[in-house]
Amino acid sequence: MSKKIHVQTTINGEEIDFLCEPRNSLLEVLRDNLKLTGSKEGCNNGNCGACNVIMDGRLVNACCVLGVEAEGADITTIEGIAEPDCLHPVQQCFLEDAALQCGVCTPGFIVSAKALLDSNPDPSEYDIRYWFAGNLCRCTGYDKIVRAVQHAAERKRETADV
Amino acid sequence: MEAFDYAKPSTLNEALQLATEANGGALMLAGGTDVIVQLREGRKSCSLLIDIKAIDEVNEFSCNEDGLTIGSAVPVYLITANEAIRSAFPGLVDAIGLVGGTQIQGRASVGGNLCNSSPAADTIPALIAHQATAVIAGPKGTREVAAEDFCVAPGQNVLEQGEILLSIKVPPQPSNGGAHYLRFIPRNEMDIAVVGVGACIELDESGDNFVSGRIAVGAVAPTPLYVPEAGEALAGQPVNDETIEKACAAAKAAAKPISDMRGSAAQRIHLTGVLTKRAINKAVERARQ
Repeated sequence: MSKKIHVQTTINGEEIDFLCEPRNSLLEVLRDNLKLTGSKEGCNNGNCGACNVIMDGRLVNACCVLGVEAEGADITTIEGIAEPDCLHPVQQCFLEDAALQCGVCTPGFIVSAKALLDSNPDPSEYDIRYWFAGNLCRCTGYDKIVRAVQHAAERKRETADV
Repeated sequence: MEAFDYAKPSTLNEALQLATEANGGALMLAGGTDVIVQLREGRKSCSLLIDIKAIDEVNEFSCNEDGLTIGSAVPVYLITANEAIRSAFPGLVDAIGLVGGTQIQGRASVGGNLCNSSPAADTIPALIAHQATAVIAGPKGTREVAAEDFCVAPGQNVLEQGEILLSIKVPPQPSNGGAHYLRFIPRNEMDIAVVGVGACIELDESGDNFVSGRIAVGAVAPTPLYVPEAGEALAGQPVNDETIEKACAAAKAAAKPISDMRGSAAQRIHLTGVLTKRAINKAVERARQ
């Protein structure tokens, strides 16, 4: 077993530090060390997106990032998506539009959708579906997810214009 | 995952030192989207994982009249978003933009795709078609290897113990040149290429004749394959279906695919012909613009 490394990072706006072995993925650290269990392990190999977090402004698979690589980074997890007093439009629309069934893919989809709308406030259906290439859902057939994201985009644009 | 040590050197020399001292036990980490998964699944192992992302040379990229240089750790999203690269090397960006999905693109690098040396890698046939070279740093200095000579077997390449891929260089494309990469996959995105074809062609002033062509095919041999005969079939010939058919026939003849869960050998040979035609036609269209 190799020596643990002390990592200092920022997660959901909070300065956090932890000890981990080099072989621990960011996903393992989030879930096991920090008890931020919102990010899910769906495949552990970069295909399904259930572990999605935003790291230094980029949407990434936490299973494909090592915990030690979080040093100095700014990370947003599903736990950091809602505002203190209300849900993010993506979350609100997922609920209203029933864009989830078992919910395992949902944290990944919500983080992914937030990243999409932050980079493209008016995505076409094509844009949305291709953005979600790395987010897999076994329950919903994706249709309600896509519509929820379209509604969220609309809602975000409305509040932005206000 | 089995345990390993981790180091993040801030200079190339430091990295080379660590790699040499590890005596064959070191692996390089850039985006990690291949290596971390392989370590987890036991397909690769190391005693030391060297994170190269703090080294200046591997994070730089440039596109100018001397061509394109991409540092080996540059994440692909930076390449596909760059307007200068998109307009000067659309045939390369075709391939680079196909690597994984959004999440992978945030971390993965073209250098990593090359070093992973999958026979089905998407960037490699495009790099070969564009006459790219790999710039390798090692204990004895720097050397360059043509993209078509880089991979030697599935997952294996010419990097020797203690060597690190620094960057990939692509020469400037001629003004009457055009290029394209496309692949066949069962779904619409993600997936591993069943067959991939990269084509780079140059037309004469009239736009009616080929001056030269470079065709490379992926996923039909133990390594991505450069097919010189396909380019020779185009050189000096008029741009028409007959000429292009000859290039396709050459590409099909060179293909030596296996049958596996992604496709049969027969289907792959057929696809090689179809995709070569489409790649050349699109490259011609771009050359004429």
